[in-house]
Amino acid sequence: MVTFLFYVFAAVAVGGAIGVVISRSPVGSLLSMIATLGSMAAIFVLLEAHFLAAIQIIVYAGAIMVLFLFVIMLLNLGHDYQKDLKVGAFSLVSFATVGAMAYVLSRQLGAADLSDSGPGAAAIDAAIAQHGVVGAIAQPLYTTYVVPFEITGILLLVAIVGALVLAKKNVA
Amino acid sequence: MELDFSRQLHFFWALLPEIILCTFGMVVLVAGVSGKYKDADKAPSGDPSFGTTADLGWLSLIGVLIAAGANGWLYGVKEVGQDSMIALDHFRLFANWIFLLAAALTILISFAYVYRQRLQAGEFFALILFATAGAMFMAGARDLIVIFLGLEVMSIAVYALTAFNRRDRKSAEAGLKYFLLGAFATGFFLYGIALTYGATGSTNVAVIATSVSSGAATAGLLTIAIALLVIGFSFKVSAVPFHMWTPDVYEGAPAPVTAFMSATVKAAAFIAFARVFLVAFNDSYTTWFPILWWLAAITMVSANLIALVQTNVKRMLAYSSIAHGGYLLLALTAANPTATAGMLFYLLVYTLMNIGAFAIVISVAHQAEERQYIDDYTGFGWTNPALGVFLTIFLLSLAGFPGTGGFMGKIYLLQGAAESELWWLMVILVLTTVASYWYYLRVAWLMWMKNPTSDGQHDLVITPFPMRLALVVCVGLIVYTGIFPGAALEFARASVQGLGAFGGGIVGLAP
Repeated sequence: MVTFLFYVFAAVAVGGAIGVVISRSPVGSLLSMIATLGSMAAIFVLLEAHFLAAIQIIVYAGAIMVLFLFVIMLLNLGHDYQKDLKVGAFSLVSFATVGAMAYVLSRQLGAADLSDSGPGAAAIDAAIAQHGVVGAIAQPLYTTYVVPFEITGILLLVAIVGALVLAKKNVA
Repeated sequence: MELDFSRQLHFFWALLPEIILCTFGMVVLVAGVSGKYKDADKAPSGDPSFGTTADLGWLSLIGVLIAAGANGWLYGVKEVGQDSMIALDHFRLFANWIFLLAAALTILISFAYVYRQRLQAGEFFALILFATAGAMFMAGARDLIVIFLGLEVMSIAVYALTAFNRRDRKSAEAGLKYFLLGAFATGFFLYGIALTYGATGSTNVAVIATSVSSGAATAGLLTIAIALLVIGFSFKVSAVPFHMWTPDVYEGAPAPVTAFMSATVKAAAFIAFARVFLVAFNDSYTTWFPILWWLAAITMVSANLIALVQTNVKRMLAYSSIAHGGYLLLALTAANPTATAGMLFYLLVYTLMNIGAFAIVISVAHQAEERQYIDDYTGFGWTNPALGVFLTIFLLSLAGFPGTGGFMGKIYLLQGAAESELWWLMVILVLTTVASYWYYLRVAWLMWMKNPTSDGQHDLVITPFPMRLALVVCVGLIVYTGIFPGAALEFARASVQGLGAFGGGIVGLAP
């Protein structure tokens, strides 16, 4: 059952990702992207990462995508969309490269034993049993990975300052 | 003092220079929107070197100096083990000297520019401090996550700085181009990190190294991961064919930002590149050796050829910067201690000569974006002898003339390459260097051998006090490292000790 659901959501995720690239209008791309992010959340649930799934829905599919949608609708009202993906040598090369990478990855993963979900699966199960689903993320986030966490704070500050500088209205 | 990172306070001490820079960045930011500095960008008045906007610059400079003090203090701190998330080795501390020097010089040369272009000084200097801190995070990181975050802190600050001049359309265009292409390259980099994690089960450089050398890492995944990481890094060091953004961005960005970008972003990317490839992927040398060999060769040849036909000085220096990236890739390809020490030495000298050259470009351009063509330099040497001599020294050093730091840097790169027997790359380096004499010396020739095209062509060239200070420092250190290179080289050699195993340079490899 889990395997079947995984393939369903994986197919939706890949289909959505292709839709983002080939869709004619930005709004269409965006809706495809929401489908991708939503099925990613479902895959997180299948991996028993319920907290990540909820965050994925709230932050990405919810807040960020809605913001994108607002911006695109406001900027493009009343404009015609033109298809700008040209089928040429470059797109063929790109798809061929992605295909080759997917082939190598599937060979690698196919060779491995997939009965459990990877080398860290046991450790993750133990952490969830000890701290709960949220605690299993919070514990390393504020201990082992506290430095990256703080640097992320600086990163957000820099991004906000940069955006404010560039978007400020008054330029004498 | 010993740090084993058993307590989180140890991270505070290990990251003291970065924390000081970030704190000063925030202080400058707040100071810039308060009191008499609030509207300083709207109606500048007084001396560009002191008072109003310049105070914020001096404040940032104090921050850089205190961070430098903290960096010196870290030499007395020992780390236990070599696998913590933050490295405390001398490799990182040497890189920090380069970044702090670049930041200090950039701040010094941007006083009059910020004043004349009426930029928002608080945000400008704060972003430079944050970008420097990001570069230092990259150099100090022994974890791919921290490298990625450092790269993003630096890049996002530099994207904003590139588009900083709101009154200049070219600046906005350059900022957007850099941002879009940079975000694209970030995607490659991140996917490379994800696949590395998939192949080895860790993002820690030391653990990855163990996993790769023991053969536990999945080979196919690792190969793709290495290829993607090479793409991500190559974009940041602007190696051909990932260099398309460089000329446009260098031309459009405000000139002090271009100077900063060409020094810090390139140096930070090379330092992280070296740590990831020489330490983590050391035992996959046979995988990445041919990739870097070809990147180095193509970069050296094409960048120097395109630079020959440039008429805009900023574009010419952009292609020159790509070419220097090619010389440095040669050091990474050689992958031995001599070449890595040569790379550190070269990055130091390159920072000095490039920021120096850009400082004079800013001067000639009237502290604005006005006169950027090579023809604008006719007769410049005789009307401003001091600046003329300085620019000549910078150009000679960039070209690699004996007696300058640039020459000694190239000698050390060649020495490192010889140890790994990369004869063809050495031949390419020497030949492309000879070709580069043409475009560097053409500017010097116009400066000294031609008369100004009109009377008073160079009357408005101003070099305020901070910029003169920066120029004297640059020239002094270039001539010093050119004539007495021993001390700096010994320092660089000591700094790469204990970095990694340096399994590179397997004799007999050739693509």
